[in-house]
Amino acid sequence: MLGYGYSEEALNNAFLQNPDVIGVDAGSTDPGPHYLGSGHSFTDSEAVKRDLTLSLPVAVRKKIPFIIGSAGGSGAKPHVTWLCKIIDQIALENMLNFKIAIIYADVSTEYVLDKYSQGKILPMGRLEATQESIQNSNRIVAQNSIEPVIEALDGGADVVVCGRLCDTAIYAAPAIRAGYDPGLAFHMAKIMECGSMCCDPASASDVMMGEIEDQYFTLTPMNPIRRCTIPRVAAHTMYEQANPYLIYEPNGMIDLENCHYDQISPRSVCVQGSVFKPTPQKTIKLEGTQLAGYRTIAIAGINDHNTILHLDEILTGVKQFLSENLNDIPSSDYIIKLRSFGVTANDISCGCEGNLGIVLESIGKTEEMSATVCALARSSMLHYDYQGRKSTSGNLAFPFSPSDFKLGPVFVFSLYHLCEVDNLMECANIVYGEYKNGKKTN
Amino acid sequence: MARKLIEIAQILRSKNAGPLFITFDIMFDNHEDLKTVLDSHALDETIIAQLYNVDGQDVSIIPYEIVNAIKITIPRTNVSGDIEDDDIYGCQKHLKIANILIL
Repeated sequence: MLGYGYSEEALNNAFLQNPDVIGVDAGSTDPGPHYLGSGHSFTDSEAVKRDLTLSLPVAVRKKIPFIIGSAGGSGAKPHVTWLCKIIDQIALENMLNFKIAIIYADVSTEYVLDKYSQGKILPMGRLEATQESIQNSNRIVAQNSIEPVIEALDGGADVVVCGRLCDTAIYAAPAIRAGYDPGLAFHMAKIMECGSMCCDPASASDVMMGEIEDQYFTLTPMNPIRRCTIPRVAAHTMYEQANPYLIYEPNGMIDLENCHYDQISPRSVCVQGSVFKPTPQKTIKLEGTQLAGYRTIAIAGINDHNTILHLDEILTGVKQFLSENLNDIPSSDYIIKLRSFGVTANDISCGCEGNLGIVLESIGKTEEMSATVCALARSSMLHYDYQGRKSTSGNLAFPFSPSDFKLGPVFVFSLYHLCEVDNLMECANIVYGEYKNGKKTN
Repeated sequence: MARKLIEIAQILRSKNAGPLFITFDIMFDNHEDLKTVLDSHALDETIIAQLYNVDGQDVSIIPYEIVNAIKITIPRTNVSGDIEDDDIYGCQKHLKIANILIL
């Protein structure tokens, strides 16, 4: 993952082998919907700059194509712009000359509504799409696949910065473009997209070499402290996948039922038998977010077991107090939640020791409303006079002053759906640019 | 003697498979351990469905013999990052499976 760091020695080992292409994945939905919604990256710009400064100038000077997938973490326009600014700095600092292709993956609300009206937006699980949820989406991206990456390479790009992209496309695109079997290419790419996770010891942030031939591919870690082993490679094939024998891609699936793994050297594994099966209907995965309100939290501890035993009573009382005192704010305009970590009332009844950590959380329609609700709930909870209370000076141990934290907008996924497409380029928009002596000229 | 699944497994983990699903990987040191667990029938769709409060027909259990593993996938009861969610990455959802008794 770009920005997670890697061994410089391992990178230099890779360069010694003259790779045909260098790729790095920069994105994921794992950190949740906030990042797509807010337009922010979940990686740090200094860390991303470090990772690119070691690799990008060398690749450009050696004329090795450099492909970055899902720029800025979520791959929407603000994320791509954020990453391109870092590339601008590196280009200038190193006086680089290269051609860049930027593949935007943003799709418009109108595009998705049109697809929805044609019944071409298909659910992948429990998240339902409605006309309203599509209209309320503040940002939607498409997980593009190999097609725009191949077009960008055909267009002569030295550096390809992709918005949201299937992780596999980074490594599969150049291999398929060079004429290799798509089953092997996608399988190799699926294992490589997590760096050295297929190694012993494993790491999500180190350099791997994948080599593809007509009948097989091999994987070798570039850091001498690691080795690829059959259990690790096979285990990584199923990582974060619902089915260990099938990898789904926009233009087909990879059948791994008859895969064969060989340990061909102490540090390398060879894989064969991965079969690509094209599907007649092409689909692209769409990811969208919508604003759900604004969050404020207060963090506290409860040590008094008597208080913990009366927690339900306290919370009911706090909610009633809120509805009576927030005259201008209907209770449908906010949510108040208590997240608790530690011993429960039931544990205490069974004689357990320990205490309870709580996060008091309010989500309101506006930032101000959220802060008001949290502050009132916090003070009411601090002094709530439950049945049989002996510690009458306060129910909560606050570790911090201030006690309340504004966490800003709350985004939730509004879309995580397949979209039937006629052509796998329809959600990609490629823009080319040129750097001369470190400066972008167009 | 009954043992908890976590005592037999070498690796037992949960993780998002996208924001709508949680997938569990249970990996064993050897084929014998995998076979012991499979033969015990302690892991079936009904049991997993009850533990995680989902429909049995939405539970997928696939033995993956090449690495002596079992893969279980369930729908998330809350989409990752929803207001009711409590584990965005889904990587701390494995305890209920870890504690299943294997006779």
